[in-house]
Amino acid sequence: MNNVFGNKRAVLVFVGPALLIYALIMLVPVIWSLGYTFFTGSVITGFEFAGLENFERLFTDPKVGEALLFTMKYAVILTIGQILVGYALALLYVFWLKKASSVVRTLVFFPIVLPTVAVALLFQKMFEIAPQNGLVNEALNLVGIASVDWFGTADTAFLVLVIMDIWRSMGFYAVLLYAGLLDIPEEIMESARLDGAGSLALIRRIILPLSLPVLLSSIIFSINGTLKVFDSVLALTNGGPGSSTTPLTLYMFRTAFNYGNYGYGSTIALLLTVICLLVTIFIFRSSRRDLTKN
Amino acid sequence: MTTSALSQKTTATSGGSPRAARRPLRAVRAIPKVLVVALILAITVVPLIWLLLGSLKTQTEWLNNPSWALPENLLNFANYEIAWVDGNIGRYILNSALATFPSLALIVILGVAAGFALEVLVWRGRNGVLLLFLAGIMVPGQMILLPLFSAYFQTNLTGTIWPLILTYTATGLPLTVFMMATYFRAVPKEIFEAAAIDGASIYRSFLSIAFPMVRNAVFTVALVQFFFIWNDLLISLTFTSVGDFQTIQVGLLNFTGQFGQVQYGPMFAAICINVVGILVLYLFLNQRVMRGLTAGSVKG
Repeated sequence: MNNVFGNKRAVLVFVGPALLIYALIMLVPVIWSLGYTFFTGSVITGFEFAGLENFERLFTDPKVGEALLFTMKYAVILTIGQILVGYALALLYVFWLKKASSVVRTLVFFPIVLPTVAVALLFQKMFEIAPQNGLVNEALNLVGIASVDWFGTADTAFLVLVIMDIWRSMGFYAVLLYAGLLDIPEEIMESARLDGAGSLALIRRIILPLSLPVLLSSIIFSINGTLKVFDSVLALTNGGPGSSTTPLTLYMFRTAFNYGNYGYGSTIALLLTVICLLVTIFIFRSSRRDLTKN
Repeated sequence: MTTSALSQKTTATSGGSPRAARRPLRAVRAIPKVLVVALILAITVVPLIWLLLGSLKTQTEWLNNPSWALPENLLNFANYEIAWVDGNIGRYILNSALATFPSLALIVILGVAAGFALEVLVWRGRNGVLLLFLAGIMVPGQMILLPLFSAYFQTNLTGTIWPLILTYTATGLPLTVFMMATYFRAVPKEIFEAAAIDGASIYRSFLSIAFPMVRNAVFTVALVQFFFIWNDLLISLTFTSVGDFQTIQVGLLNFTGQFGQVQYGPMFAAICINVVGILVLYLFLNQRVMRGLTAGSVKG
């Protein structure tokens, strides 16, 4: 038996090709990218050793500060928004619509599978002011509010970005959290109700604590995704107006490919990776403390 | 009875004698429910309907009528022709297919085999290798982009379809291996032991027993990866800046640029083609898509 399941050659045949491709195209480049942080230049112009210059620049570059701040702001606001809207929808599905929620669930989920570029271009036109008012400005005009130049200022552009990404992802988070809510035993809810718990008390004291694990994993997933935001920003605002909606990912992309500085680009990518790791570990740690407390 | 606490509260606060009020209230109580559902559905559907209607309008209609106006001719498909022929959308979709399907095939074959080896076979270091694959889920694409660009440039692969296929395969593997390992964990070991006693080699076990058993899971995993790859922008934008292999997402992003002044109709038609394709897929496979995508996110 051990001969069959411990067959070394079979292990190599099964796991070898996957491991080889994975190592060559993901692991080696990660190390290689770390190496780039000590150089300037690009593959086309050639590389030059720069010592710790890139790191010095990273800590003094106001654009990195700006991009980092934007990334954080976007990640925090969007994570809160996604989870809140998703959770509200999930509660609605489970406790209000019940069996009838299937169609709503399926429809609201749909935008997440759409290409971000397509959605972003659509929203660009929906919030457009010139040469032609988009749907949103028309609606505002209808209730007597003047058209807003949504992509003209940093704050309104950010707002559109947040609205769009919540529109895209709310159905996804709703289904994710819905699955968690379904796992709550009906008996617990029933006995709480018999004890006279109102709906708010029920949510706060029973539903919320019991869906904490799935909430936490959704938060980790959301923050990891939002820290890496790229497609939606590039296609919707292209980082503008100015560079006010430029996250780290886009700044890294520009640094590397528009300015041909792979070394500094890699340094920014490293910063992004470290932040993702730290945030995940931090949330994971604090969640574990909570679970042992219960 | 699972009458929700929410509705109980409404009855209580609506005042009056609860018994007498109950029957008419049932209909009244359904009103907010219907309104909320209608609102939620409208939020999701209105932008998409506007997209569809917009793709049927001419440029003059776009510029002279308000943007909520219906198209004058509901069967005006001229924009689709312009998008498909002049806008090269057909070519972009072909490119996307050329990159997506080979990557998917590789991901499935390599990922299922690796998952099998990691869960069913017994060898030293398998937990380490699984962790190694898991670590890949965390790595942002930006971290591997530049070395890969250099590598593809130096091996003269830049401008071909290969950088896309190779990169998609590698970035798709971690999640696939992890999900397949999870599925194989649920398969009872006795099945493979029985096969071994009957004289099946491990390769035979894999092909005739393991693979057919997880066929369903394989399809779900492939579907999830399909969306990731088809909708990807970062990798395709990086590796198709030269050459003729721009994918549909890159093509769509550059679509406005091609015409100078925004050609609304063709642009909406181009977006619409992209959306409708996915919509058809979703119509048939929505339950599986929902299951797959949510399963892919809750990990660890």
